[in-house]
Amino acid sequence: MAETDISTTSRVPDARPERPSEQRSVRDLLRSAEIDGRLAGMLVALAIIWIVFQIATPNHTFLTPRNLWNLSVQTSVVAIMATGMVLIIVERHIDLSVGAVMALVGMIMGAFQSDFLPETLGFDHPLTWAITLALGLVLGAAIGAFQGVIVAYVGVPAFIVTLGGLLVWRGLAWRVASGQTIAPMDSNFRLLGGGADGSIGGMWSWVVGIAACLGIVALQLTKRRQRARYGFRLRPVWAEIALGVVACGTVLGAIWFLNRYYLPAGIVEARGLPPGTNVSQGLAIPVLIALGVAVVMTFIATRRRFGRYVYAIGGNPEAAELAGIRTKMTVVKTFSLMGLLVGLAAAVQIARLNAAVSSLGTNMELNVIAAAVIGGTSFTGGVGTIAGAVLGAVVMQSLVSGMVLMGVEAPLQDVVVGVVLVIAVTLDTVVRRRATG
Amino acid sequence: MRKRRVWALLGLFVLVLAACGDDDEGGGGTTGATGGGGDGDITIGVSWNNYNEERWAKWDEPAIKEGIGTCGAEYISADAGSSAEQQLSDVENLISQGADALLILAQDTEAVVPAVQSALEQGIPVVAYDRLIEDPGALYVSFDNVEVGRLQAQAVFEQVPEGNYVFIKGNAADPNADFLRTGQQEVLQEALDSGAIVNVGESYTDNWDPAVAQTNMEQFLTENNNDVQAVVASNDGTASGVVAALEAQGLAGEVAVSGQDGDLAALNRVALGTQTVSVWKDARLLGVAAGEAACQLAEGTALEEIPDTLIFTTPVNSYDMTSILLTPQAITKDNLDVVVDAGWISTDELCQGVPAGTVEVCG
Repeated sequence: MAETDISTTSRVPDARPERPSEQRSVRDLLRSAEIDGRLAGMLVALAIIWIVFQIATPNHTFLTPRNLWNLSVQTSVVAIMATGMVLIIVERHIDLSVGAVMALVGMIMGAFQSDFLPETLGFDHPLTWAITLALGLVLGAAIGAFQGVIVAYVGVPAFIVTLGGLLVWRGLAWRVASGQTIAPMDSNFRLLGGGADGSIGGMWSWVVGIAACLGIVALQLTKRRQRARYGFRLRPVWAEIALGVVACGTVLGAIWFLNRYYLPAGIVEARGLPPGTNVSQGLAIPVLIALGVAVVMTFIATRRRFGRYVYAIGGNPEAAELAGIRTKMTVVKTFSLMGLLVGLAAAVQIARLNAAVSSLGTNMELNVIAAAVIGGTSFTGGVGTIAGAVLGAVVMQSLVSGMVLMGVEAPLQDVVVGVVLVIAVTLDTVVRRRATG
Repeated sequence: MRKRRVWALLGLFVLVLAACGDDDEGGGGTTGATGGGGDGDITIGVSWNNYNEERWAKWDEPAIKEGIGTCGAEYISADAGSSAEQQLSDVENLISQGADALLILAQDTEAVVPAVQSALEQGIPVVAYDRLIEDPGALYVSFDNVEVGRLQAQAVFEQVPEGNYVFIKGNAADPNADFLRTGQQEVLQEALDSGAIVNVGESYTDNWDPAVAQTNMEQFLTENNNDVQAVVASNDGTASGVVAALEAQGLAGEVAVSGQDGDLAALNRVALGTQTVSVWKDARLLGVAAGEAACQLAEGTALEEIPDTLIFTTPVNSYDMTSILLTPQAITKDNLDVVVDAGWISTDELCQGVPAGTVEVCG
């Protein structure tokens, strides 16, 4: 079986090169450049999916600025929550209640800003959005912490606690307005959901892109300096430069491509601009939120003590406990963080829909878990990255969006997504087994 | 051992039934349909599948009570709390409480059939309320869902006689989704054949989820480069997702959009002009019609002799069922006064954000 592997066939038998300057195989090349093979593999898979859809869609609309812009917005809600789910799964737990919590928090935020706040602050008050969002975050975090306490301190399996939560929170979500739809949302709050007004425009998108680029380079330099200081092996200079150029190029290329999505004619007219003016929409606010969340969560997961504890607990709970980690408190914090992210995602979702409905986030838990798992998070614990989960969310949404463009019916879409999920995990398992065995 | 437990359960069950029966006898003083207690002898039992939903308590129950008032019947009810098993015992319960006719809002159209048959065998007529029960012995009282589809398509077609159409259908697992689509197709078939209108996108919506409808609509707009003139959405929830997608493209109000249910937010959209039509099914008409029919059945009228019935062929078993199918009403900008006059929505809710002088009801 192992003989069919590309890297083995392209490698001289029994002569695995030890020195990094003499690599032949792709894997060795990647290893010396210290590129995460799984992440690279996912990017390749994503590229293949995109190209296939570009060919398969009737009008070849998949790889257009407009569709990729859509895709970015459609992915953001799942991506925000998937970053939290990674840490939960890494800790060997699960949260099945995210969709239901989203519904409850969404309904409460909706009712709060359309019934309560207009009475106390007045209609369309500039602070409405901030107060509502804060309420949603606090509420989400509190619900998460509550479930976390039952899991960690009472010792009920997370599967059961959050399965119960799924029923309870969904039922309470219905109670908030007896199943009625709450609409419309506050005009400032709606910006959280994107749309023409909820986008930052072409110029600011460039600013964000360039800042991201500088960030990447700065990160590379600090990392290199740190490694040099502790005498660790350094990445070859060529790899460092190549990596920087590719990363920067991708970011700026993406900005350039998305900036070619111009404001629709109807909006141009409504803003009183001359017809036919090309104004870039730029990155949507929900996408910026999702990217921001991904960066912060990566920082928390890899650079903060809390994050290291999470991975330690996932790798070996008993060892972590014996090492003096306050495992129970860490678990509660993780669930609370998940809840906070659900609150944020709920805000984005109701802002985007311009309505709060009690069916909000139905089956969302499955999408979020699937995104984390496609992104390489392992149910055996201790393994998983934030970036992978975000990519997983992009893969899932690409499949759905592409199939809608192709006119594939919903039940068949589910079949395809299910198959892809299992294939992704199978590949991951096989590759990992080979790497360790 | 196992057998004994079953018997114990059965015994308990009988006790419970007996207890409930006693309660009722204390009030009504009758032991059967022929008991001589004078007026008000008839009892109508209603089996709700899930009384927890807003609609039943607010609109349907008072209307049913009004309907059975025509024969001075007593109203008793049971709630199955969304459990098909519970509903079976509820039906038994209602019978032992002395119900002379049953109204059943089925939790599961198949699973409830044994209970219906047992009731019919005991000579107790059954009305399938709102949801179909596939048993030709029952009277089916509902709104005509195919007609809802027709009304949706008609209202949209009147506004957009030619152009590109998108169809946002309901949940694939819900038979109503296809009833609706059938009605829509009937109306639009001719125009589709002649090429006046073109179907440029069609999709089911998982769980009728507005967010899914929004994503699907965004994709259809992308695929057609915004060249869409009409959207036939199957209910108000999916319509809300469609309108959100249209707003992002500055197209809301320019593209015709249908819906149904008379959701308050949707009626507001109709007033604002971003939604063309919401087909409204007045639950009170349904309750009254069902209540009156139950009365007549309880008094011994044969199924065929109930007025205003027609034969409805069921989709699964092709039974010919005696049915009362009420006609739903299309609510557009021109007849918003209907829902206001009916007390369904207040003018405040209806007219939120509506510019003065655009809609008559809003002034």
